[in-house]
Amino acid sequence: MVVGNGMGEPDQGERPAMDGRAGPPCPQSERDAGSAHRRRAKPRLVVVGNGMAGMRTVEELLKLDASLYDITVFGAEPQVNYNRILLSPLLAGEKTVEDIILHTREWYAAHGIRLHAGDPVVAIDRHRRRVRSAAGRELGYDRLLLATGSKPFIIPVPGAELPGVIAFRDIQDVETMLAAARSHRKAVVIGGGLLGLEAANGLKRQGMDVTVVHVMDRLMERQLDPPAAALLREALEKRGIRILLEAHTERILGAQRVSSVRLKDGRELAADLVVMAVGIRPNVELARQAGLYCDRAIVVDDTLQTLSDPRIYAVGECVQHRQVTFGLVAPIWEQARVCATHLAGHGHRRYVQAATSTKLKVSGIDLFSAGDFVGGEGTEDLVFRDPRRGSYKRLVLKDRHLVGAVLYGDVGDGSWYFDLIERRTDVSRFRDRLVFGRAFCEALAR
Amino acid sequence: MSKAVETTCPYCGTGCGVAVRVTADGVAVEGDARHPSNGGRLCIKGAALGETLVPEGRLLYPAIRDAAGALRRVRWDAALDHVAGALRRIIDTHGPDAVAWYVSGQLLTEDYYVANKLVKGYVGTANIDTNSRLCMSSAVAGHKRAFGEDIVPVSYEDLEQADLVVLVGSNTAWCHPILYQRIVRAKERRPQMKVVVIDPRRTATTDAADLHLPLRAGTDVWLFNGLLSFLHQHGVVDTAFVDAHTCGFDRALAVADNTAGSVRAAAKACGLDESALAEFYRLFARTEKVITAFSMGVNQSSAGTDKVNSIINCHLLTGRIGKPGTGPFSLTGQPNAMGGREVGGLANMLAAHLDLENAQHRELVQTFWRSPSIAHKPGLKAVDLFDAIDASRVKAVWIMATNPVVSLPDADKVKRALGKCELVIVSDVMENTDTTAYAHVLLPALAWGEKDGTVTNSERRISRQRAFLPAPGEARPDWWALAEIGKRWGYADAFGYAAPHEIFDEHARLTAFGNTEALAPRYLNLAGLIGMSAADYDALAPVRWPVPPDRSRPTAHVFSDGRFYTPDRKARFVPTPPRLPVHARDDDYPLVLNTGRVRDHWHTMTRTGLSPRLASHIAEPYVDLHPQDALSCGVREGGLARVATRWGSLVARVRTSGELPRRSVFVPIHWNAQYASDARVGALVNPVVDPVSGEPEFKHTPVRVEEFPVLWHGFALSRRPLPMTQITWWTRITGRCFLRYEFAGRQRIADWPEAACRVLGVRDTGADWIEYEDRSAGQYRAAWVVDERIEACVFVSPRPDLPSRAWLSGLFAKDRLEELDRIGLLVGEPLDRGADTGPTVCSCFGVGRNTILDAIRTQGCTNTEALGRRLRCGTNCGSCIPELKALIAASALEPA
Repeated sequence: MVVGNGMGEPDQGERPAMDGRAGPPCPQSERDAGSAHRRRAKPRLVVVGNGMAGMRTVEELLKLDASLYDITVFGAEPQVNYNRILLSPLLAGEKTVEDIILHTREWYAAHGIRLHAGDPVVAIDRHRRRVRSAAGRELGYDRLLLATGSKPFIIPVPGAELPGVIAFRDIQDVETMLAAARSHRKAVVIGGGLLGLEAANGLKRQGMDVTVVHVMDRLMERQLDPPAAALLREALEKRGIRILLEAHTERILGAQRVSSVRLKDGRELAADLVVMAVGIRPNVELARQAGLYCDRAIVVDDTLQTLSDPRIYAVGECVQHRQVTFGLVAPIWEQARVCATHLAGHGHRRYVQAATSTKLKVSGIDLFSAGDFVGGEGTEDLVFRDPRRGSYKRLVLKDRHLVGAVLYGDVGDGSWYFDLIERRTDVSRFRDRLVFGRAFCEALAR
Repeated sequence: MSKAVETTCPYCGTGCGVAVRVTADGVAVEGDARHPSNGGRLCIKGAALGETLVPEGRLLYPAIRDAAGALRRVRWDAALDHVAGALRRIIDTHGPDAVAWYVSGQLLTEDYYVANKLVKGYVGTANIDTNSRLCMSSAVAGHKRAFGEDIVPVSYEDLEQADLVVLVGSNTAWCHPILYQRIVRAKERRPQMKVVVIDPRRTATTDAADLHLPLRAGTDVWLFNGLLSFLHQHGVVDTAFVDAHTCGFDRALAVADNTAGSVRAAAKACGLDESALAEFYRLFARTEKVITAFSMGVNQSSAGTDKVNSIINCHLLTGRIGKPGTGPFSLTGQPNAMGGREVGGLANMLAAHLDLENAQHRELVQTFWRSPSIAHKPGLKAVDLFDAIDASRVKAVWIMATNPVVSLPDADKVKRALGKCELVIVSDVMENTDTTAYAHVLLPALAWGEKDGTVTNSERRISRQRAFLPAPGEARPDWWALAEIGKRWGYADAFGYAAPHEIFDEHARLTAFGNTEALAPRYLNLAGLIGMSAADYDALAPVRWPVPPDRSRPTAHVFSDGRFYTPDRKARFVPTPPRLPVHARDDDYPLVLNTGRVRDHWHTMTRTGLSPRLASHIAEPYVDLHPQDALSCGVREGGLARVATRWGSLVARVRTSGELPRRSVFVPIHWNAQYASDARVGALVNPVVDPVSGEPEFKHTPVRVEEFPVLWHGFALSRRPLPMTQITWWTRITGRCFLRYEFAGRQRIADWPEAACRVLGVRDTGADWIEYEDRSAGQYRAAWVVDERIEACVFVSPRPDLPSRAWLSGLFAKDRLEELDRIGLLVGEPLDRGADTGPTVCSCFGVGRNTILDAIRTQGCTNTEALGRRLRCGTNCGSCIPELKALIAASALEPA
């Protein structure tokens, strides 16, 4: 599909080059500015990726200046922009597709944005400043925003390509899982991280027998310390989800369709459905083809501009900023805000990485982590345990500041802790009550 | 509702009447409005008596220690046979002076009488002494020297009629709260009435004083010699009285003039401001109705008897004795110290105010008793008695209703002595005391509420203590146990008492026996109480002695006829050359240790320690000192300090209340091994005694205070007793539905969760256990919940700044923890601040410090009356009023 600007103008290549470093293109510089019938008054912004990062940037941009650009959005998925974070509740049957839609077609129309859903951009011609879509649409751009997101990582074991082996990335995957749940019994989820556990919980809720296979010695090792991970494991096991830790998948077996998963220790797990949730890879093929400098992802500077091409910006899971790639939503929102200011020509903000927080969206299991909860040299732990209430909290202090938090069970103060981390608040005065939450700390101030 | 039983409070010498109702819910205690000593009022200790009537810890059966050291329950018969036989063998082998009795001002007069009779008449030794020796023997000796007989010449009504009440060495507000309230109310009615407090400490009592003289410890004699000299110089002399009814004035005056002949000299000796002292002297000089009331600050001194006489001298000089509203007034500390004195239950007395050294008196008593022998020389007084045990001169001791391992000076030596004594018999109501630990024979005694007899209070008022509860287990009256020994020795006729009224009758007859001008005149005479039937005795209303045969005739004020009980019927001035306490401060022990009571505890806490209400006022043993001394000793408020003398040491919580002068230290007397790991102040006290009275110098021991370093402080609240054996320092406090432990440790604990579970007794790994750990800050907190009800909790920190115990304590009264409680549990406070009332100030109504402060700050309560109207605090016993005032004053200083 293509890009088209929807109006079918084939040629925008004649526009003069703009000053590349920053700011919006300058309409006055257009050669035929006076030509009323061609209505080329506005510079064109093409957004590659109709996902959360790209569309949030558009939204932020509209807030700053709603009429600056002529905007066209290409998306690989056939839907409008939806909240990917809520795929888990969708799978669990707690939400419907309508519930998770972020922008309806009406919204795009109302804002004069052309949307080409289900038509991914397949090529960028940076010299001519044009993109071409899978459907053959071609479109010129003055500014290009890459928000191609990431792809699930499929571990390269034999049988990974069998029908019934899927990832957990989009609505299509959810539909595949829901269909499998209707006709099959047994599911194996490979990956005990955030996504894997949400998938496992969803499938369990849909009535399947679910086994989680995880290579590490604890669940969600990137977000949880061992005690919280143990509580989580216990809670999931209570729901009937089987958890296998330190379990390495050797191969996936099956003829027409997946039938089982074999582990390196020889155990074989019957499986009608295998969900791989072992991580994501930034989706950078398009950028690479276009000759943009990529490392693990598209490398951007503090303004979210690509290093190679001043007309091209990138946000979201497809970018690499100061060696870091992104998978959680909060930093991406911030990227969107910063990028929008530069697209709008107010280019004064810099993207600064901040602590991140995570919540597990498994209803009935409240789990929150933020910042550097692992700690280490020079950090101090405050730990609260109330196993009967299924509550565990661990706060990590460094000097006089909170730098990390893991909350299990009672996560009500998660955002407050996150705020303390971000603001680098001096917490020494109420250290003894910090773990007991905001209300107790504020009571001290009264 | 059942009929109230009228009885008498078992605590201090005020002797308040108590009305008790036994209901299905327990025992309801209130003041007996008909009792003249208190008119219905009770202090907090009295009001909380119901809480102390619990079965916990009672000694219920006789027991004998076997060869392996274990106590084995035996039948009474066997126990008594054993005691009678063992004592007899020792007496036969080593003579009567090889056995001794150490009894108590908490015995009833009847118990005391039988003990005294058995020992002095049937063993033939005067080795019977009592804890009253530690309390008021200096007053007795002073009375005897001045009046010829141990007579307290003042009543409580006199106190109210006086225009000047001088309180010397008495924290009356805390130790005799009802008397103090009577004084305060009298002063409110008659604002011209003045109160002067003479005490090194600023106490709750000084609150009501017009003048407080913080004299240097132990210098009272200089002060009163100075007064005597001043009065004489200013012509404030009742010459007619002195001439007609006294002798010895000149020598006493000469000594006074020589030692404190000017206000300046006296002020210098006492470390007082000269003008303040002069103000007191002038006040005393111009006030006709003056009472000098004194207590342990006077008595417990190596110059105690001289202190008493230096006071009496001033009253004799001015003739201010024997008239309403005048006189020297000894406030006794125990419920029946006076009764003990009346029956002669001390080593230097005989019986019924008859003298041991007087052959005629001895003959009189022996005749009356028809006893085989009669003690003919004074026995061993308390301190000497335990020295004699230590030296194996005394081989058997029978201790009744007292706890000498805690209360005697040099108490570690008492431990050693009992440890090697051949036979230690202990009669007590509690199974485990510091003293019962050394018993070879344990005999279960009746407690307050079970025993039946009489007591005499500070104003010579005899009141009935009546039983309203059945005897638990096999507990028996002490008189019965003693009489059974007498019977086993073959004196069934002399000890065949069937009931206490028979004993009282015998005692009353002895007071009248030979009580004639010609033979042995004594003021103590209970002739009017002779021949009472059991019913008469049971109905006996409180009565002051003497009780003449014709009870309808009003008794004149004692000494109003100017006749005393010396051979020439004249009072004696006693020359009192002042002397300093025996042991002076030095470089090694640069401070002076003073000891005393706190408001809500009594003696060694065997009773008050059981009451949650009483435990909450002052929870822990403490050492109070001047903030500057604290600084130079390197200790800080709230921390722990080791307090050491040449005789022993203890560890207590540091306070800098501001009540003490420089170089002075105060430690309460109550705590012991049952309630704390290391808090027996008796072990520290120098075993120095007054040469006349034998009363120890409890108020003056050179002492050193130093930091007691610990790695952690903590507290635990638990529904069940916790083992504290592994813990360096601890105190146990009785709470409502729980026990509280304050503790501190020196061991490094690597795994607090494990240690906490072990101490709290959590064995189930699936227990409902909530914990908080801040390992690098050394903070650990945990709570154990069973069936949604709190079972125990523990808080630990490297510093003593732990959360308030008040709110946590309240959680134990709940059958079910609310979710909000659970959240606040390990913070130690509720989310809603108002719910934490803070530490109890008013024990009567359970009003906490935070509640009071809130009323002062936000509800405009700027005086104690307003607080009382709003919160009721201070409106019952009133003993918290000084604290209320302090809170009001402190709030006024806060920035708005």
